[in-house]
Amino acid sequence: MKKFFSKLLAAGVCTVMAVSLAACGGSGSSDSKPAETAAVEEEESTAIVIGCSGPLTGDAATYGVAVQNGANMAVDELNEKGGIQFKFVMEDDVNDAEKAVSAYGSLKDQGMQISLLTVTSTPAAAIAPTYQEEKTFALTPSASSPSVTFHDGVNQVDPFGNIFQMCFSDPGQGQGSAAYIATHPELGTKVAIIYKNDDNYSTGIYDTFKAQAAQDNLEIVYEGAFSGTANDFTVQLQAAQDKGADLVFLPIYYQPASLILNQANAMGYAPTFFGVDGMDGILTLEGFDTSLAEGVYLLTPFNADGQDDLTRTFTARYKMHYNETPNQFAADAYDCIFALAQACEAAGITNDMSNEEICQKLVEQFKTMEFTGLTGTGMVWDENGVVNKVPHAMVIKNGSYVGVDD
Amino acid sequence: MRFLSYLMSGLGLGSVYAIIALGYTMVYGIAKMLNFAHGDIIMIGAYVSFFALTRFGLPVLAAVPAAMAVCTVLGVLIERMAYKPLRQATSLSVLITAIGVSYFLQNAAQILWSSSTKVFPAVISNGALQLGELSISYLTLVTILTCVVVMVCLTLFINHTKTGSAMRACAEDKGAAMLMGINVNRIISLTFAIGSALAAIAAILLCASYPQVFPTLGSMPGIKAFTAAVFGGIGSIPGAFVGGLLLGIIEILSRAYISTQLSDAIVFGVLVVVLLIKPTGILGRKLSEKV
Repeated sequence: MKKFFSKLLAAGVCTVMAVSLAACGGSGSSDSKPAETAAVEEEESTAIVIGCSGPLTGDAATYGVAVQNGANMAVDELNEKGGIQFKFVMEDDVNDAEKAVSAYGSLKDQGMQISLLTVTSTPAAAIAPTYQEEKTFALTPSASSPSVTFHDGVNQVDPFGNIFQMCFSDPGQGQGSAAYIATHPELGTKVAIIYKNDDNYSTGIYDTFKAQAAQDNLEIVYEGAFSGTANDFTVQLQAAQDKGADLVFLPIYYQPASLILNQANAMGYAPTFFGVDGMDGILTLEGFDTSLAEGVYLLTPFNADGQDDLTRTFTARYKMHYNETPNQFAADAYDCIFALAQACEAAGITNDMSNEEICQKLVEQFKTMEFTGLTGTGMVWDENGVVNKVPHAMVIKNGSYVGVDD
Repeated sequence: MRFLSYLMSGLGLGSVYAIIALGYTMVYGIAKMLNFAHGDIIMIGAYVSFFALTRFGLPVLAAVPAAMAVCTVLGVLIERMAYKPLRQATSLSVLITAIGVSYFLQNAAQILWSSSTKVFPAVISNGALQLGELSISYLTLVTILTCVVVMVCLTLFINHTKTGSAMRACAEDKGAAMLMGINVNRIISLTFAIGSALAAIAAILLCASYPQVFPTLGSMPGIKAFTAAVFGGIGSIPGAFVGGLLLGIIEILSRAYISTQLSDAIVFGVLVVVLLIKPTGILGRKLSEKV
């Protein structure tokens, strides 16, 4: 009996480790919600099919659902307007590289001609070579890692050529943030960084931030990392405080960031917090005390409270359809669809062309065209597919983003 | 002084692990199964108390029993529906079923309440008790106190009541207990009920320290608490207590003095070492009675 139970225990320990590993890869069910494609049924035959895979379930579902909503809204608007008709199909990849591969197959089965690639970076990097081989054009709303556009993401050489990004690339964000902080010493001069070391996105920004900071003589007094679903940052914050950091750079997503703000507040530590686009969403976190985020800086291309016409109508319509404030992912997806529509129009793309032909024409277009949307004016792309647009520094005041004028 | 304050936060975290570990250890002791859905009961407890506090505006002292009630019912239901039919099956089938239940609960939570993170309201004031230079936050104090109270009550219950003796008898030998007129099924249900109620308490303490609620909330604390239970000697109640506290302290101290990145690796590494040296855990087997 005794032996039997120790065996059982060993089996249990193995299982628990396997399950925890699986959980790291992003767990969740694999059922996918049907894409809402209203108003296209009658135009099915001539519509150009745009596909996308993203996390509709699992930990990162917020991003996938936002992209799905933004893209569906854009497609509906374009189809109502007339002109080239589109159909948007989305598959769930649970932010998992392997599932993204099967999602790709399923998108092909549904006749995908152009793609938004994936929502998140890890699956995007896994599926990008397939897109290159099969010559399908892709414009990702939000997969920001350089390994999405380059075979060798670390050194940024050997681009895929047919994969374009609507969002800033991670290096762009790290560089931009460091340069901004260096030129605004009033925000803080002694910088601490807290980053997530098992996440491509976070380490990508961290690396370039550090390089740029060294160039600009920005003093980094503390670097702390965390991994997995860590939820206690008091040790890192304590160390940052002890080293006298008056600015804490957070190249991470908003969920851990909200805990950091909370725990810093409890400790009575109040440096300037500086985030990147992953910080976007913190204000819409259900139950979050937005006063904790007061004075947080972030570089983001989209501001739901922006006062220009485009943003105002988008935000109003989005709230009407989905009953929540759009975040940057929704705006990026919306822009992707409109940018694709503009390019298709200019290149005279029809739905009877082969993927390869469409791809070739769109690559030509994107290298030369200029696009203005929710997330930037006069955006242009370089030949590697990396977007060039101006990041806006925002600061959170009275529970909403306010642009910082400079 | 800094070391003492780390030690206190380690004790706080360890207390939460200990309370969760009790659920694992009691169920293992009596039903001889590893209930991997235990972590997800914590998650349900967290959601219930979140909604009790925010949507229904209940005070904390009402939210705790509400969460405990829901978790207790859920725990017993799971036992009845998923595990009881497998009483005679091989332990591997029960183990797989438990993992299935765990995924079921996570995905059900995702469908019901969406995957987006919700922020748990502050339930304990931010202040701290000053003892000379050392400051201990009220939250840590409350957590440690709760854990001690739970431990004392549970030990008294197990050792000094009739039902407690019945539980010990079941842990010792289910067949013999049945022959002595003990309703083993009822005792197993009761064990699940107690474990799940404790999970609800742990949920609130966990969310008070780390105020976020999301569908996979329970998996990591669940795995760590399971580690704590094995560490202390699975099946032993004092073992769960000691294992939980030690694990919390090891985690916080390794994060503070060794590496913020490797703390989880160190925690699980400790488990491996303990199992190599003493396969039954620190207080496993003969050193203490099992429940």
